[in-house]
Amino acid sequence: MTLRGRVPKHGPQHQNLPVNFWCAMSLRGQVWKYGNNVDTDVIMPGRYCHITDAKELAKHVLEDLDAAFAGEVRSGDVVVGGNNFGCGSSREVAPMGLKTAGVSCVVANSFARIFFRNCINIGLPIVESPEFASKCAKGDEVEIDLEKGELRNLTNGAKAAIPPYPPEIRAIIDAGGLMNYIKRKIAKV
Amino acid sequence: MNLIEKILAAHAGLKEVRPGQIVTASVDVALANELSGIAAIEEFRRVGATKVWNPEGIVVVPDHFTPAKDIRTAEICKKLREWVWEQEIPHYFEVGRGGIEHTVLPDEGLTLPGQLIIGGDSHTVTYGAVGAFACGVGSTDLAAAWITGEIWLKVPDSIRLVFEGRPGRHCFAKDLILFAVKNLSVEGARYKCVKYEGSAVKALHMTGRFTMCNMTAEMGGKCGYIEPDETTMEYLRSTPARDRKFAPLRDDPGTPFGETREFDVEGLEPQVSCPPSPDQVVPVSAVPKVRLDQVFIGSCTNGRIEDLRLAAEILRGRKVHPRTRLIVVPGSQRVYLQALKEGIIETFVVAGGAVSTPTCGACVGGHMGVIADGESCLSTTNRNFVGRMGHVNAKTFLANPAVAAASAVAGTIVHPDSVLTPSRVAVP
Repeated sequence: MTLRGRVPKHGPQHQNLPVNFWCAMSLRGQVWKYGNNVDTDVIMPGRYCHITDAKELAKHVLEDLDAAFAGEVRSGDVVVGGNNFGCGSSREVAPMGLKTAGVSCVVANSFARIFFRNCINIGLPIVESPEFASKCAKGDEVEIDLEKGELRNLTNGAKAAIPPYPPEIRAIIDAGGLMNYIKRKIAKV
Repeated sequence: MNLIEKILAAHAGLKEVRPGQIVTASVDVALANELSGIAAIEEFRRVGATKVWNPEGIVVVPDHFTPAKDIRTAEICKKLREWVWEQEIPHYFEVGRGGIEHTVLPDEGLTLPGQLIIGGDSHTVTYGAVGAFACGVGSTDLAAAWITGEIWLKVPDSIRLVFEGRPGRHCFAKDLILFAVKNLSVEGARYKCVKYEGSAVKALHMTGRFTMCNMTAEMGGKCGYIEPDETTMEYLRSTPARDRKFAPLRDDPGTPFGETREFDVEGLEPQVSCPPSPDQVVPVSAVPKVRLDQVFIGSCTNGRIEDLRLAAEILRGRKVHPRTRLIVVPGSQRVYLQALKEGIIETFVVAGGAVSTPTCGACVGGHMGVIADGESCLSTTNRNFVGRMGHVNAKTFLANPAVAAASAVAGTIVHPDSVLTPSRVAVP
């Protein structure tokens, strides 16, 4: 069964993630398409990196690449990039800003390693799929079914499978992020 | 196995690891600045953690927005400091006693060959220059490591960059790495471990080696390294590392690399990276004429004493162009003090340059050198992405400290020879 619920605006905060966060929902929204080598400086400019309030960060997300994004993004929307998405700085405020702004998933041809880790760690779904990314244009309606492992473009009918994650990463995803995973690990000891 | 694989295997309690394998490894050093640190502290507290796994293994350096640029950043630093005291973390570098993290740690003997180091900053890769595995992570990874002393890591595939030849005049480590970034692109070493070698690398002093490993991040590399040799050992003996135990590792003879790239750098000209990406690199002679509003010398890439000496040598007896501002930021208090002793600071001031206390501020467009709409800056830093040093319509060019100093005098990007040779350009 596919749930069509949307992520509420400005949430959920990773603090309150349910167990099996990724799998508990299907994500649906419009595509925001960008090119290669989108760096974390344009996702969250350095001048905002001292901001600790996620909602305030979200107002500036992608500001230096697409000034319209923060104002127009709707909960559930999906950011689709080219190669090496999220390169540059290790700043976790970059994926945090996307997540808090309502972005439900980031899909790209490939990701920079720290950005990828950060998304997994904070529970922002992230999918590497050049096949699907190439079939997405700005404004397309897409659905990401994490339970079935399928990416669907509802505008043009394109479909792609979500490549499986290694078990170590899968465990973090299933826990709803690294800190929940750690918490459980500690509790077991 | 190569040196990095050996470190990962040793820290994962395994005999051997292969590229692609995911391991859980013990961490020797987990570094935070105030930005990555504040979010990590929140996560640490949120899960109810009360004690870090090992206070000695944590290093905290507030350096990005310090000295605090406003009340907000002052509050962040205050929270950071209070947590450091609460957790009794000995390796904390207060404003005035530290500087830029990647300049401070090696000089304080806190990064050793064979160690596994993670840091809440992408330029943590700098420490590969002493033969450590060092990679950048985000705040949540940092918080988890503070609690458990461990991190999961994928064993990276490897790429070997071989630099052969003697570079030309005023061509340094920065130029070698810019040349590599140009050839590999900003994603050429994505997820990979980058080994730097060859006669041009062997000839570098440690400052140059730190510069090269530092910019591994600009090729997407997970970590970079240079095999420890006598230069490394001599450097380590000059730091508090001399009193610590460590065993430098080397690659196994004939160890395979995923890829090898050879660069002939004989007679290489100084290189300049043009906005908006570090891989848009051209020789200095091919840079389009651009009037410089600001020249910045410093950062974790080029803020060490050897870097400042290069710049001072050119600025001695010369003046910064009337329409250009020069900002010099020593990488650490140690570097600052040494520069004072050598009269280098005086040279900068007499030339008409502003000298600031160590901070990452300008490089991240935070403070102490932010650039305005339409302005151009030549900088010795590592990134020139859109909006990196300030306004979204400002431009940042990257170069070595000698090119930066000469360009400050010329008011435009030039080869140092054009400032140093009186017959070519009149010295004011």
